[in-house]
Amino acid sequence: MSSTLLEVKNLKQYFPVKVGFGKTIPLKAVDDISLTVGRGETLGLVGESGCGKTTAGRSILRLYEPTAGEVIFDGEPVTAKNITHMRKKMQMVFQDPYSSLDPRMTVEDIIGEPLDVHHLCANRKERREKVLELMSYVGLNAEHARRYAHEFSGGQRQRIGIARALAVDPQFIVCDEPVSALDVSIQAQVINMFEELQEKLGVAYLFIAHDLLVVHHISKRIAVMYLGKIVEIADADELNEHPQHPYTESLLSAVPIPDPDVTRARKRIILEGDVPSPLHRPSGCPFRTRCRYATEQCAQECPPLTDRGGGHEVACWVK
Amino acid sequence: MSDILLSVQDLHTSFFTDAGEVQAVNGVSFDLDRGEILGIVGESGSGKSVTAYSIMQILADTGRVVGGRILYKGQDLSTWSEKQMQSFRGKNCSIIFQDPMTSLNPVFTIGNQMREAVVLHTERRGAEADARVKELIELVGINEAEKRMKQYPFELSGGMRQRIMIAMALACEPDILIADEPTTALDVTIQAQILELIQSLQKKMGMAVILVTHDLGVIADMCDNIVVMYGGRICERGTAREIFYNPKHEYTKGLLRSIPNVNNMKKKLVPISGTPINMLNLPKGCAFCPRCGSAMKICLTQVPQELVINDEHKAACWINVRDAYEEVQAK
Repeated sequence: MSSTLLEVKNLKQYFPVKVGFGKTIPLKAVDDISLTVGRGETLGLVGESGCGKTTAGRSILRLYEPTAGEVIFDGEPVTAKNITHMRKKMQMVFQDPYSSLDPRMTVEDIIGEPLDVHHLCANRKERREKVLELMSYVGLNAEHARRYAHEFSGGQRQRIGIARALAVDPQFIVCDEPVSALDVSIQAQVINMFEELQEKLGVAYLFIAHDLLVVHHISKRIAVMYLGKIVEIADADELNEHPQHPYTESLLSAVPIPDPDVTRARKRIILEGDVPSPLHRPSGCPFRTRCRYATEQCAQECPPLTDRGGGHEVACWVK
Repeated sequence: MSDILLSVQDLHTSFFTDAGEVQAVNGVSFDLDRGEILGIVGESGSGKSVTAYSIMQILADTGRVVGGRILYKGQDLSTWSEKQMQSFRGKNCSIIFQDPMTSLNPVFTIGNQMREAVVLHTERRGAEADARVKELIELVGINEAEKRMKQYPFELSGGMRQRIMIAMALACEPDILIADEPTTALDVTIQAQILELIQSLQKKMGMAVILVTHDLGVIADMCDNIVVMYGGRICERGTAREIFYNPKHEYTKGLLRSIPNVNNMKKKLVPISGTPINMLNLPKGCAFCPRCGSAMKICLTQVPQELVINDEHKAACWINVRDAYEEVQAK
């Protein structure tokens, strides 16, 4: 059994966008990304809004039909045909705990639905037992089973969403900004729960978030995306201590650290301007329009992701 | 010499809803000095935004200031007429909101909306007003000002819209700028731009800033003094260094333990247990008591008074009173 659980190869996700009459151009939301996730590992995926991190997570689970590329899970390619079966092994937790739960279903039915879909329970009694077990995993009381989603707070709803993802006993969960809608004091509860569940069940996560401190805390490795491309992948500590890509460098320097002495002593690298529209991406390296080091070469050719030693991969001509 | 610009004294603000009276702010007092950056931090429902709105008197219809005073340069704002308040807003005190999209009018051009602010509050008209608008747009670091004036809000990015909001707020060079979660809707690199902008403008124009946010990182970066709120009350206040390195309220301590930081990256986070407070059903004693790990009997029944920790620091927590008592006993 290899240590790699999930392998994504050259995944592309383009959306046709209408421009003018009868004319469409592709919006390259995810453009040729490759990554791997090991068994029981957490890979963090960070980037600014619109960089394609959510789309990447959704394409991996085939919530969108990818334009090109391969997703190999546990040695088996994920295709449109076997996806129902594969979703028993890979699940998702969504960002918004308010819109991702059906308001007309009880908690028991929400968590039990994946069990029904995959015919995992022989009878109602078994289903109920399984649901209660899942609820205890995520710290919900058994008496909550008959309640509806609107009766819960944001943090508790997110727990319901996590219990639903865990129902089929998956090996891999895509967590799409699972804590960003929660209050600061509740975030730590949910982050700790993710970590405890990983220790207990050995599940691997693709943890998508924009909060770099949270991602650094939970992830073993981190991938940084910019305009549909992965610009850097490295071990979490390595990335934070020695960022190589100019984008990662400025992203890290821009994160406000909750420590007055540290954050004020730091030199912020302020990026000029905004992220370009993914419809009109710059030629060559997507970051070159905001990069301090950009050269001629950057405008012509897009730099490939290359290993700079120890699994630290960077896509940059200059660095 | 203290130079108090704004003084909030024992402010009580309530919302009257079908479900009953919601006491969103419960006796908040603080002073704002000229040129100071004051941070108000707290989670949703802590009353931090309502405090800011109460100062501006822009509460929703159901909300009302039911007690306390707000003094601007020694004058009680509650005695001012609506007309006086209209000139106060904008001229003396401006506010920028979290979401720059919904705070700009989508059917008017940027130039049109900004001109309105300039014409309302200054003597400038016509070409003179336009020149001021252009100057303001350039002040907040947007180039091609003339082109931007002709554009509509949807044509600008989030960061650019927030810059426009700041430019509008600064139209009459107010003494006070209230920033209500100004960067929450923005990406980190854009957030850094906006924070840098607020800082540099604050230095340039010498105005006082009240920064309302839930992000402790932003607070640590920007503020001279910090007020920590929970359940409509102030639990702790002090200089940034005192609050972060010497927290004296259990809520502040819990908050600092529960966020990932450079020092605790590989350690497990210590969450605050329980769920955020229900403002309809405030506990009798300390609002934080149901979630507090070190709560005592007195916390259940009596609201803690503020205790002076040192010149730069006050906290409202019974534990400090107990510790102080024990210290005296030991002697």
